[in-house]
Amino acid sequence: MDLSTINPALLVASLMISATPILLAALGETIVEKSGVLNLGVEGMMIIGAVVGLFSSIHFSNPYLGFVFAAIFASIFSGIFGIMVLYFKSNQVATGLGLTLVGLGLSSLIGEFLGSQKTELLEPVYFPFLSDLKFIGPMFFNHDILLYFSILLTLILYIFLKFSRAGMILRAVGENHDAAHALGYNVQLVRMLAIMFGGACSGLGGAYISLVRVPQWTDGLTAGTGWIALAIVVFSNWNASKVILGAYLFGGITVLQLNLQAAGVKIPVEVLSMSPYLVTICVLVFISVNGKNSSPGSLGKTFHI
Amino acid sequence: MLSFEKRPQPSKFWIIFTPILAVILTLIAGAILFSTLGKPPLESLKIIFWDPLFHPNYAAYSRPQLLIKAGPLILIAIGLSFGFKAGVWNIGAEGQYIIGAVIGGGVALAFYPYESIIVFPLAVLFGAIGGFLWAMIPVVLRIYFKTNEILVSLMLVYVAESILISVSQGLLRNPEGMGFPGSRNLNQYASSANNELITGTGLHWGVIFALISVIFAYFIFQKHTLGYQVKLTGEAPKAAKFAGVNPNLIVFFCLGISGTLAGLAGIFEVTGQAGQITSSFNSGYGFTAIIVAFLGRLHPVGILLAALLMALTYIGGELAQFQLQLPAASIQLFQGMLLFFLLAADILVNYRVSRKRS
Repeated sequence: MDLSTINPALLVASLMISATPILLAALGETIVEKSGVLNLGVEGMMIIGAVVGLFSSIHFSNPYLGFVFAAIFASIFSGIFGIMVLYFKSNQVATGLGLTLVGLGLSSLIGEFLGSQKTELLEPVYFPFLSDLKFIGPMFFNHDILLYFSILLTLILYIFLKFSRAGMILRAVGENHDAAHALGYNVQLVRMLAIMFGGACSGLGGAYISLVRVPQWTDGLTAGTGWIALAIVVFSNWNASKVILGAYLFGGITVLQLNLQAAGVKIPVEVLSMSPYLVTICVLVFISVNGKNSSPGSLGKTFHI
Repeated sequence: MLSFEKRPQPSKFWIIFTPILAVILTLIAGAILFSTLGKPPLESLKIIFWDPLFHPNYAAYSRPQLLIKAGPLILIAIGLSFGFKAGVWNIGAEGQYIIGAVIGGGVALAFYPYESIIVFPLAVLFGAIGGFLWAMIPVVLRIYFKTNEILVSLMLVYVAESILISVSQGLLRNPEGMGFPGSRNLNQYASSANNELITGTGLHWGVIFALISVIFAYFIFQKHTLGYQVKLTGEAPKAAKFAGVNPNLIVFFCLGISGTLAGLAGIFEVTGQAGQITSSFNSGYGFTAIIVAFLGRLHPVGILLAALLMALTYIGGELAQFQLQLPAASIQLFQGMLLFFLLAADILVNYRVSRKRS
């Protein structure tokens, strides 16, 4: 065991990278759940984003276009879920699961055409002066644009939910859809937009895995990240500012366990690799014991006019 | 515009007919999918749904496979149907299935090479216990801490997969396996082999247990108070509470049965078809069973039929992979689409659809 091989600057930098997909997906799901819809298909939308992102990035030799297409396709894909739960009034839990199963199947079908092709990588953003700083530079100021976008998005969504009129309507629809309907808001439309926004975010998150974290295709690439994102939403108590905290916490655990594995710590590899999931369970338990539960009032309920 | 008018009672006709409609829609969508992949659509469908049963060359091998593959799906889906009826969402059956196989298989391996008639029953018993205990984790957390069972049971699938990889490379690895991962072959160890009881039918102990579970579930839902309480909790939780139904008992009962049956499916699979405990023996039955449960309308007999159909897509899918080089993932997608169409068609059960002039 040699812990000195772990470079703290690199550790923090890779923590941020591994947290970003969770952050993006969890932010999207926060908006969806705030509108009163429980979409358990995050994993499916992420993996669609991952495969579409990689495919279009290779096809156009442009990773940025990869992200654009990932967001568009995952959003359309989540639209199917939206139509089913909103207009066909299907059960949200079952439909979300179905979305995940279809997503996994569709992605590995598309993935077969990808083989082990590589994609071009994103350029790191250069901040004058800051990026050149010793230690701090490589830690925080040497990342790609998507990572900074995810942090900015956290801020935007926080402000959107808390202070904007549209955010207030979204919350009203999620808290009590009958009251919101009586006030003249279009419940179905608000929810549909929220679902498609959530899909786009999950797609970006998935594409971040396939284009930045593991820039290559493997079957089941997302490996439960979508489910962890769902747990983060519960952890954050449906608050965008806490989502980032949760995502970075889990990103940290994932990176730390990988580093410990590489450093050959005397903890069995299996225990380390199951640790992110075990910690998720522990955190969920902790939250359900201590946290005040402020889940949206109409979460998971079907709206009937 | 179409308008949906809620029916006072769910339509009896559509309850039975929506799964059939969903299958038809999936066949059409499947044909489109296959032709997009550049395969002859009708030929593909024939290979998947007709050839495994009636092809002169393949049917002799494929037909017994139908029961072998349907067995675990029935066991797991019957278990899930209890929870899904009560609104208790166990989506971690895959984990309970894996742990059942690991614990039960481990017990059988502990006896190796001692031959005795008691080894197989003991392995089955411990398989059931393994699945049950694994399902008790979300139960305890839900009852004592009100933790969401959906996320916990699913997280435990990933934990179970880690355990499976670990034991198949370490604790349970075949010492004579030339260093390859995977346990001794339980199907070739006479005392633990779960072989066909009648040659050429595919009928093994797992299938017998699956049929028993169907009858058991039918009895519980039709004749027993507990079955009534499960249904009541799902349909009207408040009414159930006033009627004195203990919600914790329902959670315990539903997940307990679900875990036990999934564990049984695991041990029968690993002593039968799969033979070895390897990191990939599980083949995702725990997730496919979710589709089976819904396709069977959470009704025991429906689940039996749905599992046979799903088993057919597995077998036919393998055949199509072999004959037409159809990608394996397209069958997975096909199964997923079936669930989607079913859920969408479900609106016909509870709503009357009419055309509204605006």
